[in-house]
Amino acid sequence: MRLPYYPGCTLKTTAQNFEESALASARALGVELVELPRWNCCGTVHALAKDDVMHYLAPIRNLIRVEEMAESGLVDEKRVVTLCAMCYNTLKRANAVVKEDQEKMQKVREIMERENPYGGSVQVVHLLQVLRDLDWSKVADRVERPLKGLRVAPYYGCLLLRPRGFGIDDVDNPQVMERLLEALGAEVVNIPFKTKCCGAYHTVQMKEVVAELSHRILDQASSAGADMVATACPLCEYNLGPRQEEVKKLFRGFAPLPVVYFTQLMALAFGLEEATGFEQNDPDPRPALRARGLLKEES
Amino acid sequence: MDDEVEMVTIYVMGKRHRVPAGLTIMKAMEYAGHQFRRGAGCRGGFCGACATIYRTKGSYKLQGALACQKIVEDGMYIAQIPFSPAEKKTYNIEELRPDAGVFLEYYPEIARCLSCNTCTKACPQDIMVMDYVQAALRGDVEEAAKLSFDCIGCGLCAVRCPAEIVPYNIGQLARRLYSRHIVGPTEHVLKRVREIEEGRFDEEIEELKTLDREALQERYETRERRL
Repeated sequence: MRLPYYPGCTLKTTAQNFEESALASARALGVELVELPRWNCCGTVHALAKDDVMHYLAPIRNLIRVEEMAESGLVDEKRVVTLCAMCYNTLKRANAVVKEDQEKMQKVREIMERENPYGGSVQVVHLLQVLRDLDWSKVADRVERPLKGLRVAPYYGCLLLRPRGFGIDDVDNPQVMERLLEALGAEVVNIPFKTKCCGAYHTVQMKEVVAELSHRILDQASSAGADMVATACPLCEYNLGPRQEEVKKLFRGFAPLPVVYFTQLMALAFGLEEATGFEQNDPDPRPALRARGLLKEES
Repeated sequence: MDDEVEMVTIYVMGKRHRVPAGLTIMKAMEYAGHQFRRGAGCRGGFCGACATIYRTKGSYKLQGALACQKIVEDGMYIAQIPFSPAEKKTYNIEELRPDAGVFLEYYPEIARCLSCNTCTKACPQDIMVMDYVQAALRGDVEEAAKLSFDCIGCGLCAVRCPAEIVPYNIGQLARRLYSRHIVGPTEHVLKRVREIEEGRFDEEIEELKTLDREALQERYETRERRL
């Protein structure tokens, strides 16, 4: 199955481990994620003002590229797969708005002028949805090295779930990452704050706000005995991971907790260790994985 | 004159002129009495000095062109943009790394790009300007360098961008990063530089300096035969 894949900027810069592990794991399951030959920024944040048509140009242009790509026969479907939660959210919501609002669609068309008109035939999904649709037993069958004894707390953040109607799972109690981790043989650690805010873009101007929010989440995971946190969002990964430097300054005695992308654990369980990219994570998750006997590499 | 040659009406900065059809904007303006001190260079579409904006009769569209390339149309309103104010950063290319961080450090405004594509529509070279700005934003230096390769720095993209980005500076930085850090210097260039430094061409240059106009012209016209 060849599906169009929209990476977004972060997957090409600070979250290359997310992309590499995702592409390798998906391929191992028979899903070829084919990058759009031409793409631009997702739009970053969904425009809430009703007359803010300018902010729809970026996401809709990408959806036009998906249609063009499907027509050229590079992929089998017009279901575009995202990895970054921000890209997922922005593309999904822009898609819904213009499909519903013909007047807005017309305006977008007129401003773009040179593009093929968007036919509205694209479906925006997240890789977790693709995996769920495959059936968890298929994922489990592919596992070569079960993540036995590894205690992982799934963390969703906001953009994969909210607002209601646009999420990939139940808004209050999502289960998709839990099912995946179980299929990989890991032990799921449930934390009530798994859908709470990580502080998002406050990380630019108000690091201490992010540090406080991250601390609540990380502390809960640690207290529940988690070895690490799994996420699907590069911004959450940054705020919960590298931002632990700020957490340490605010909370004495804070013990670092690794934060990884769910795809890295998937690659590890599939025996694709060279595609995990754990060396890019901060804090380093490898000591915890080594302690559970899950790493082949000698170092 | 009007009887012999087909004439068209153009408006140069609002002033009406009758000029022969078939002239370029630049020649038409000279025909109308303008003398270029800025805004004209190679006259061959390569240097980017003669950026011009215009509207044609009955159209709401503001279009861009090189004055030395674009043929006048009847009812055309023309204004030249001989210079686009833009800050060009100073950097030492040897010290930079070819990634997205470099673009954001020197030209942070590129993060304001909304992918509206106005720059691409403004480009007289038909370059996919927005696509190369976007490639730079995600650190794809090679793509940004290749897509912007034909840029002549006329500045029309920069004056049209609603996010106030100066795309041609981004493209130039991308090409410099690409050639210095990704491709690296090629052997034939290094060899030629060595030859120059060793004085291999000094004698020839000295000889050329002594030639008169006619002899120089002869040399120029027969240059390919002599190779």
